[in-house]
Amino acid sequence: MLTYTLRRLLLAIPTLLLISLVIFFMVDLAPGSPMSEIPLTVPPEVRLKMMAAMGADQPVVVRYILWLRQFFWVEPATLFDSWFGTGWAAGEQRILSWQTRSPVFSMIGERLPQTMTVIGTAYLVGILIALPIGIYSAYRQYSWFDQAGTAFAMIGFSVPTFFTGTLFIIIFAVWLGWFPTKYDTTLSVTDWDSFVKQLRQMALPVMTLGLANAAAISRYMRSSMLDNMGMDYVRTARAKGLPERTVVLKHVLRNSLIPVVTVIALGIPSIFGGAIITENLFGVNGIGAALILAIHASDLPTVQTLAFIFAVLIVLFNLIADILYGLLDPRIRYD
Amino acid sequence: MKLRTALLGATACLAMATAAFAERGSDGEMKLTFPQAVSIMNPYLSSGTKDVIAASMVLEGLAAIDDQGNLVTRAAAEIPTLANGGISADLTSITWKLLPDLKWSDGTPVTADDAIFTWQYCTHPEGGCAQATKYEGVASVEAVDPSTIKVTFTGPKPNPYTAFVGALAPLLQKKQFEACLGAAAPTCTDANNKPIGTGPFMVTGMTVNDTVSLAANPNYRDPAKPAFATAVIKGGGDAEGSARAVMETGEFDYAWNTQIPPDSQAAMAAVGKGQFVVAFGTLVERMEMNMTDPSPDLAEGERSTAKHPHPILSDIKVRTALSKAIDRQILVDVGYGAGGKPTCNVIPAPDAWASDNTGCIAQDMPGAMALLDEAGWKDTDGDGIRDKDGKKLSILYQTTVNPIRQDFQALIKGWWTELGVEVELKAIDPSVFFGGDAGSPDTFQKFYADVEMYANNSDNPDPETYLGQYQCKNAPSPENQWQGENMNRFCDPAYDAMVAELAKTTDVAKREEIAKKLNDMVTKDSMVVVPLVHRGTLSAHSNSLGGVLINAWDSELWNVADWFRVK
Repeated sequence: MLTYTLRRLLLAIPTLLLISLVIFFMVDLAPGSPMSEIPLTVPPEVRLKMMAAMGADQPVVVRYILWLRQFFWVEPATLFDSWFGTGWAAGEQRILSWQTRSPVFSMIGERLPQTMTVIGTAYLVGILIALPIGIYSAYRQYSWFDQAGTAFAMIGFSVPTFFTGTLFIIIFAVWLGWFPTKYDTTLSVTDWDSFVKQLRQMALPVMTLGLANAAAISRYMRSSMLDNMGMDYVRTARAKGLPERTVVLKHVLRNSLIPVVTVIALGIPSIFGGAIITENLFGVNGIGAALILAIHASDLPTVQTLAFIFAVLIVLFNLIADILYGLLDPRIRYD
Repeated sequence: MKLRTALLGATACLAMATAAFAERGSDGEMKLTFPQAVSIMNPYLSSGTKDVIAASMVLEGLAAIDDQGNLVTRAAAEIPTLANGGISADLTSITWKLLPDLKWSDGTPVTADDAIFTWQYCTHPEGGCAQATKYEGVASVEAVDPSTIKVTFTGPKPNPYTAFVGALAPLLQKKQFEACLGAAAPTCTDANNKPIGTGPFMVTGMTVNDTVSLAANPNYRDPAKPAFATAVIKGGGDAEGSARAVMETGEFDYAWNTQIPPDSQAAMAAVGKGQFVVAFGTLVERMEMNMTDPSPDLAEGERSTAKHPHPILSDIKVRTALSKAIDRQILVDVGYGAGGKPTCNVIPAPDAWASDNTGCIAQDMPGAMALLDEAGWKDTDGDGIRDKDGKKLSILYQTTVNPIRQDFQALIKGWWTELGVEVELKAIDPSVFFGGDAGSPDTFQKFYADVEMYANNSDNPDPETYLGQYQCKNAPSPENQWQGENMNRFCDPAYDAMVAELAKTTDVAKREEIAKKLNDMVTKDSMVVVPLVHRGTLSAHSNSLGGVLINAWDSELWNVADWFRVK
């Protein structure tokens, strides 16, 4: 298991380098230029100077090598410095956003907590809703509950979040006035009142995303349960005279969870990646909102850095899912 | 009229009453929301309107421009003029006097050195200053004494109120930005996000591309202002969401740039929690006619250049006919509602500078058809499309991806088809269209189409620079890497001569007259530029926010020091 993990980790290095290369050049090839953000009243000579000051006029290969150095040396060194007060990265140029002229990593640091709270909660809520629905739907297949669950999943799957989000805003914020529509990112939770305020402002984005997450996971849970329900060991358990509760919740559920856990683990990078549309709709200043802003402004350093971080997370969680699989299912061993 | 006067009187009394009792910070928190979040608080490093107007709460110039387009003092004691001797008789220098005892928000005094530094900061060759044009023609900035600033120009400058005037050219504190000259400018993140200014507010916290928190400046020159103790600018979302947060849910006091469809405007205004305000500057949605041949059959480097005149649009009759077929009022009703009005001018405002040209507003279909007949374009083969010498009257019409622009394209295509013109539509991503990438065929500068539609404006009430864009030498071409501003490749020596004359003329009445003539030369006389809609900027404020005076000539928040809570 350990050698397997090590081998996978080593293999990840060339994979990630290749990914970084592809991301960098693909993003660079995409049409659009940060110049489009500059109003037409600014004359061409001034525009060219502004581009030069950002380094945007450098050839792509030069920018790629500079970025690699910044990503793998300057940024970790800066982090190290801030922890231990050393001076490794003193005077080094960090990855600067073209749009905000501030370091991309401090922007990520500022935004990650919001994304993790909101998107993480939505994911958790989604799982908590999905598992019971999936289990009961499978146990009572084709019952009215199963049909309702299927309908719920269909809606969650097929209705996009920009629609459900706007619908929730109109119902819960405009008509009922229960929740705010804009997320107040300056709110710090210090007492009960501010905690309630935080819960209220999280309600709409969490509902919107939770619905979408729950829909997907409940379907996986249901089909995995159905696969196991018909197995021989279930019949054996029943024949032994085990109570129905034990059969379903101990034998069937445990075995059915194996693929579901993998699916859940593979979905975790998306928590860090944020939810582009939902974050933007509710004004949650998370990573997803940052990405879409950067894309609109053709802020290549930010887009490239964020895309690469997502790639790292996906590679990492794929590995974690594989290892979890081995741990949960003794039949699978990687030696 | 009587009612209006009475209302005005009542408002004035109310304002005075509040002013009399108000003290700094007595009205709590003011909440603003922008559909685009603020990225940086230094207007010299960003030209985005969102950043410029947010920074205007903190940073000020020597003077600002009010809602009527007149100069008002900020850091200066008075506006220098020829009459008071502030401007030299030969128009080559202007001398500003700072307000006595003026302090930065950190309590240190503002001196002439700060102005000199600001000039050096923006004109540094490696700084990439976005507002460099504000300091164009400035030969030197000197301190006559610690509170007197003398700006000398390289030649006579009829409009000397550019450097240190308005939200685009504010004063920076030398002490704070000293280490940020030139290439170091973007690395000063802290200074760029929390600049120290003389404005009514100061930055207390900033999360980039999200929220700016502000507090009343304790050293603001008027001890009774601002009425609000704190302010917060929340960014992100879209125009609809921002408008809703003010007009429907009442979570925010002010929303900038709430450009939403007319029916949504009406529905939100009906809720009664707030109102839309609109400022008409010089922004004009226009159709530019290509005077050169964009045919793909031509060699790259010759396409859309002066070498090949346009086979169809070189004829003024065709251009006029295309303009006559358009019903501009319908365009306004569909696209902008209260935020737009039909126009035939490139310079639609201020009134003193705008030509009285309204000839294009009424749609004239029969007239347009007659013109095309006259020009020899007739439908000889009966397929519904006019032709001449075996060539079809076919037009490629491009613009950016934008719902209103696509509506306009569809409407105009309908009218032109009725005229017997074949129209092909093309919509290009704005980041490509405006991106200026010389390698892309889809930029508005390359103009590989017959007509294109976008909006442009002058950033100064005096349109000299803006009108100068249509000179022959500014045509984009392979020689200048397609970086010109004269998209039409319009070239008229008489026009260029008149632009040169405008640069020399100092008498304001004369300047206005020349500007009107220039405006007419590119619009009604030649139909090279076909203006469609005079666009305003639409913002929304709640009924509980008082003192808002929307301004198209400077930052919308130019008088934020006077805003108060209506009780």
